[in-house]
Amino acid sequence: MLLNEPHPLEVKVLTRRYKYPQQDPIWLEQYVADEGYDAIRKALTMQPEEIIEEVKKSSLRGRGGAGFPTGLKWSFVDRKSPKPKYIVVNGDEGEPGTCKDRIIMGHEPHRLIEGCLIAGRAIGSNRGWVYIRGEYREYIDIMDRAIQEAYDKGYLGDNVLGSGWAFHLSTHTGAGSYECGEESALLESLEGKRGNPRLKPPFPATSGAFQAPTIVNNVETYSAVPEIILKGGEWFAGLGTPRNGGTRLVCLSGHLNKPGVYEVPLGMNMMTLINEVGGGVWKGRKLKAVIPGGSSSPILRAEECDIPADYDSLAKAGSMLGSGATVVLDETADIVKVLARLMAFYAHESCGWCIPCREGTTWLKKIMARLDEGVGTKRDIDMVDQLAQGMMGRTFCALGDAAAMPAMSYVRKFREEFEAKIQSAQVFMPAPQTQPLVVL
Amino acid sequence: MADPITLTIDGRQVKVPAGTLVIEAAKTVGIEVPSFCYYEGFSLQAACRMCLVEVEKMPKLQPGCTLPAAEGMVVYTESPKVVEARKGMLEFLLSNHPLDCPVCDKGGECELQDMTFRYGAGESRFVEIKHHVDEKQWSPAVYYDAARCILCYRCIRVCDEGLGVGALGLTYRGVAAEITPSHGDHLECDECGWCIDVCPVGALTSGTYRYKSRPWEMSYAGTICTHCSDGCKTTLSVRNGEVIRANNRDRSGVNGEFLCVKGRFGFDFVHSEERLQSPLLRKDGKLEPVSWSEALAAVAARFGEVKARNGKFGILGSTHTTNEENYFLQKFARQGLGTANIDHHRSGDVPALLDALSGKTGKLASSADLYNAKAALVIGSDLAQQHPFLAFQLRANFRHHQAAVYTVTSGTVREEQYAAKSLHCEAGQELASAQSLAEDLKKHGDLVILFGDAVRGQAVSQLVAFGESLGIPVKYVCLVDYANSRGAMDMGLLPDLGPGYHAAPAVGLSRDEMLAAADLDVLWVVGSNPFKTTAPAGTKTFTVVQDLFLTETAQRADVVLPAASAYEKNGTVTNVCGEVQRLKQGPKVMGTKSDLEIFGLLAKELGLNLGIWTADKVFEEIRRTVPGYNVPLPVIATGGAAQTAAVNGGVPSKGKPEYIRSAGDTLFTSGTLGRYSKMLNRVMEAPGQLYKP
Repeated sequence: MLLNEPHPLEVKVLTRRYKYPQQDPIWLEQYVADEGYDAIRKALTMQPEEIIEEVKKSSLRGRGGAGFPTGLKWSFVDRKSPKPKYIVVNGDEGEPGTCKDRIIMGHEPHRLIEGCLIAGRAIGSNRGWVYIRGEYREYIDIMDRAIQEAYDKGYLGDNVLGSGWAFHLSTHTGAGSYECGEESALLESLEGKRGNPRLKPPFPATSGAFQAPTIVNNVETYSAVPEIILKGGEWFAGLGTPRNGGTRLVCLSGHLNKPGVYEVPLGMNMMTLINEVGGGVWKGRKLKAVIPGGSSSPILRAEECDIPADYDSLAKAGSMLGSGATVVLDETADIVKVLARLMAFYAHESCGWCIPCREGTTWLKKIMARLDEGVGTKRDIDMVDQLAQGMMGRTFCALGDAAAMPAMSYVRKFREEFEAKIQSAQVFMPAPQTQPLVVL
Repeated sequence: MADPITLTIDGRQVKVPAGTLVIEAAKTVGIEVPSFCYYEGFSLQAACRMCLVEVEKMPKLQPGCTLPAAEGMVVYTESPKVVEARKGMLEFLLSNHPLDCPVCDKGGECELQDMTFRYGAGESRFVEIKHHVDEKQWSPAVYYDAARCILCYRCIRVCDEGLGVGALGLTYRGVAAEITPSHGDHLECDECGWCIDVCPVGALTSGTYRYKSRPWEMSYAGTICTHCSDGCKTTLSVRNGEVIRANNRDRSGVNGEFLCVKGRFGFDFVHSEERLQSPLLRKDGKLEPVSWSEALAAVAARFGEVKARNGKFGILGSTHTTNEENYFLQKFARQGLGTANIDHHRSGDVPALLDALSGKTGKLASSADLYNAKAALVIGSDLAQQHPFLAFQLRANFRHHQAAVYTVTSGTVREEQYAAKSLHCEAGQELASAQSLAEDLKKHGDLVILFGDAVRGQAVSQLVAFGESLGIPVKYVCLVDYANSRGAMDMGLLPDLGPGYHAAPAVGLSRDEMLAAADLDVLWVVGSNPFKTTAPAGTKTFTVVQDLFLTETAQRADVVLPAASAYEKNGTVTNVCGEVQRLKQGPKVMGTKSDLEIFGLLAKELGLNLGIWTADKVFEEIRRTVPGYNVPLPVIATGGAAQTAAVNGGVPSKGKPEYIRSAGDTLFTSGTLGRYSKMLNRVMEAPGQLYKP
């Protein structure tokens, strides 16, 4: 597993122990030598409320995509509930373009374990699971080994660091479904069922894994917690912009000179991110568009990209920070093809539970495939927008929205490309109103 | 009940208990919120998104099926946004739907058609190639066409939650997602076919009905299932005098939509090619078809002759014939022929229960009590096999009210899935084992005790003593076998008791004694097959049999009279809980006569004056003379169930409880009737042994 060369504009918090070029994960001995597990020692001296207060102060927001304030989520758990409380790590990392959780698990598994311990302490839990997508076999093995190390040295087990408090952790393997990155579907999968999303409410904080209060957070979210406890919530909050605390790992990919995973403070300007950290658009070409937060986020045209990359600024620009996967497209990129590929992805990954997502994603896939082949009409372009509107906000879970958002934004922002593709193919079309000819 | 709250739906004030779902709240003021996946009584899915409504102060449309009504909530079910969303959902639904409505069984009664007609767009914008999957046969009774399926998950829920079978699940994902049997390519289940009924489209079709008819070509007769004693209402779909389907979609009757494999598919014995359609008379040792008048004259002649010389009659009644027929038969025997030798195949000791409950009222449970009681104790019966509807009631009670169910049986029973406590013991020791549950049972507000033939005679009074010692209100159900087993006892087809459990003028021979009597002059068997298990001792006995088929008994008869089945006649029957319900004639089978008509004609032939022999007149007499049967006529006449209040006649029963034994039918068998039902036999032979005995 290769680490990309660090960039001077990076602010190393979660990745501070990484050495470039680093081949092996940071195992327990090395981790403990450099302040590792100091945070849980400190947390064990704190009251659970204090831990949650500290996390609240850090303005840490969920790094999986939705950006929900982490401290607030933890405070929803009823610690007095007679049921067991559970910690679940979402390491499904399915959002196309996202590749940061594997960096964390692959380089510094103990940071994640320590984060889970602190979270467990905060909500009074004795059991946690790290749910990792099945394709991450390598990282599952690393996590398993690290967990074993932690058990051997008493960081996990019936008596964590002699405190008398028990906390157990194990990995759980996903079976290859994007939907299982949705927290309630993940819980279903964790329970051994089909990965369909659940009705909400109740939210996991009330009734999650095995109907017990559960917090589900992303790998990166948990991994930020040890630093927050060690150095204080205010310090962490100060690294980012207001209400957008800390640093985050961005996954720069696409047409860049230096793609990779970088840790930058929240609120870094998107153009700085592309031109400085990412080394600029490759082959001296011009920037056409940016997908700022994973494939579900609405696309930004080049001229819209001069904004800070944080949750609120991107929301204002009509997009979202999402999972931090920033995909850069140069002037030669075929937007129609990009959307056609994305729609094929969502149609493949829709779980099929609700009608608008199941039928909508497939319909969009079929129309986009035709448009991409040049066998489309202007009416088809409008249809993509209309169908996506028909799905938006009406599906059972967010997967429908995740497919609808790019569809709407690509068609609206790059309509000329869609029309150009039809016109270039008109010559081969018998007549515009003809029925589709392509078997999909 | 929770405190009432007030909300506004489409400008109308609606007052409902807090927590009521918006879709239900709307229903109370006659506003329909369309839905596919919402199904009353089963878990919420919010999958079809048809019930999206607009709620003030909520940015997104909300599914009405999962949104609890709250004080001051303002809901719009017909706003432009909602109308547009619905139209969109239907367009999505139809995008991959095959639209083969002209040849689809569901056409005409399809919820997707109705919704599209009412809420859908006039045209489709979908021009792509549809996703197609070939139809599959899951069992002789159930076919699945995935292409038509809209994935509302009703079938999965009725099977899993309703019946505790869980034979269905979901495989694949996205547009390829489909319903799949949990055990692969075939069903491992009760084959009840409820999944077919609840299917809003034609995805699940019935092995008996598919491609047979259009819904508007049939007439419908709501009658009572003639198999087990639970008394489920089944609506027969009849075309040209032939039953081609049975279901109960209008949820009338005690059972609502519930029916088991027998109620839904076990009607085909009616049109079996082995049905007797002409009377048979033994001539030169061979049964020959003769006219009705010849056969009746032969019977009357012999009856008259035996009666004149004070000979010995033996009369065996049926557990499938109507109350009117049973009442008339005992009257025929006791008044007309002057004999006390009358009995039927007894399967439960109701007389002993009534004796034990002497002086108490309100102690007999209705089928609704099984759904409402806080606790239930099942002694010595595999309800899921023998009384599927009672089993369903208990499960629904557990599901909706968390009722505590206790079982005491010799083998494993399905109720153990959710039972509070289950005891296993050796057969015969059930009552003794049940006593150890006393402390558990006392904790509950009230209790229903159901017991089978394991508890009879003296044991019944011990059981009642046990029940009454618990200090909580206890009701009882004495389990019996067949559709009118209870009615046969109520109407006095007993050697020692007349109608209403009053002492008969004289005590006659019981069933087993009649069969063992060598000096019997006449044995008159109505709708029963005693010779299958017991050869008669009398060699010179003149045997008359009224039956649907040439059974083992009929084959040895001197005269066989072809009878109509319960589905072909009017009258009333009484179920295991003592609820009287009306039979309504559906099909007709040429050449047969109802048993009541046969009795009447025979009485006339013999010159006996036993009164008018039409069902309604005889029922009038029953209501007037049989204690407990003075039930409200409008309830019966409109197809409802009226519980009788049977009481003992104040005489100790001499009913010889040792002759009481259940025939031990299972979910897939039904005595003689079951043997002639092709579908029941095919289902039994098909793969899938998990739930079969």
